[in-house]
Amino acid sequence: MCTYATVNTELDGSAKGPESRWFHVSHGTVYFDHPVHAMADHTLNIDFADPSRGPGARVAVELTASSARALVEAIEGALASAPVEMTA
Amino acid sequence: MSDSLCAETIRIKGYGGDEVEAYVASPTGDDRRGGVVVIHHMPGYDRATKEIVRRFAELGYDAAMPNLYWREAPGAAPDDAAATARAQGGVPDERLVGDVAGAAEWLRALPTSNGKLGVIGHCSGGRQSVLAACNLEFDAAVDCYGAFVVGTPPDGFPLKVTGLEDRLPKLSAPLLGLFGNDDQHPSPEQVDTLEEILKADDRPYEFHRYDDAGHAFFSVDRPAYRVAAANDGWERIEAFFDKYLGA
Repeated sequence: MCTYATVNTELDGSAKGPESRWFHVSHGTVYFDHPVHAMADHTLNIDFADPSRGPGARVAVELTASSARALVEAIEGALASAPVEMTA
Repeated sequence: MSDSLCAETIRIKGYGGDEVEAYVASPTGDDRRGGVVVIHHMPGYDRATKEIVRRFAELGYDAAMPNLYWREAPGAAPDDAAATARAQGGVPDERLVGDVAGAAEWLRALPTSNGKLGVIGHCSGGRQSVLAACNLEFDAAVDCYGAFVVGTPPDGFPLKVTGLEDRLPKLSAPLLGLFGNDDQHPSPEQVDTLEEILKADDRPYEFHRYDDAGHAFFSVDRPAYRVAAANDGWERIEAFFDKYLGA
């Protein structure tokens, strides 16, 4: 199905995107829906984007549900491993 | 019948008089024929859907597909445009109807038009095909596994998608519905509900439901593709349009 559901979040960081250039990332869009490229019916998709630079300023990832959960754990683990004062 | 055709990208007048991009395809020759508005799915105005537009030309129809994301992302790659439109909340129903109306008007104005028009969409476009046929005059409408033609989306849905139960009395055309029995959006029960509404209202419709097929079984470039269902579905579409859009 097209799940339609979309979760938007503001982000502050950088991503390496089109033409191997780094750009500032200000927005994240997260949704579970059909992928464009991954060989799965549905994937957890994340767009790291800077809308002010146009639709092409985007790094897109499409992850199976299990690998998306593994990524969440990995992110939480990496954050937890750093001194609290650095990640506050 | 010749299989020669011409396909190109043009601009049409869409909702609110906005100029929007459209992909159009026509058979060569001056024979009178019906027209088909193709509504692209949520992943966008992409290669696979443009192939569907060309297939209708090969079948003998003038076909047009408005780029529903043109306003948000003119000239962008289809996947980037879809991501941008999604992040901004998707396509409002009113705007969809206006853009489909623009494509329909463009088709009707062709010197080859026999005055008959169909509309078809897959996935989100399936619901939008029904929506368009409830708001505009068509001679045939095709819904390929559109979610939320009936039924209420879960609470907290960011996109303003609603069921079309209250609009179905205004359906202007016979409806062909093609569904996978393994799909949950729409579920077989929701397809039953839609069928009951059409039957109770004495509306002309034709539904076909396929085992071993889920959502997006027509998608040749996705794992959901089911060749038997897709081949039969195409034959049903051809017969349906031949019946209602023929001269």
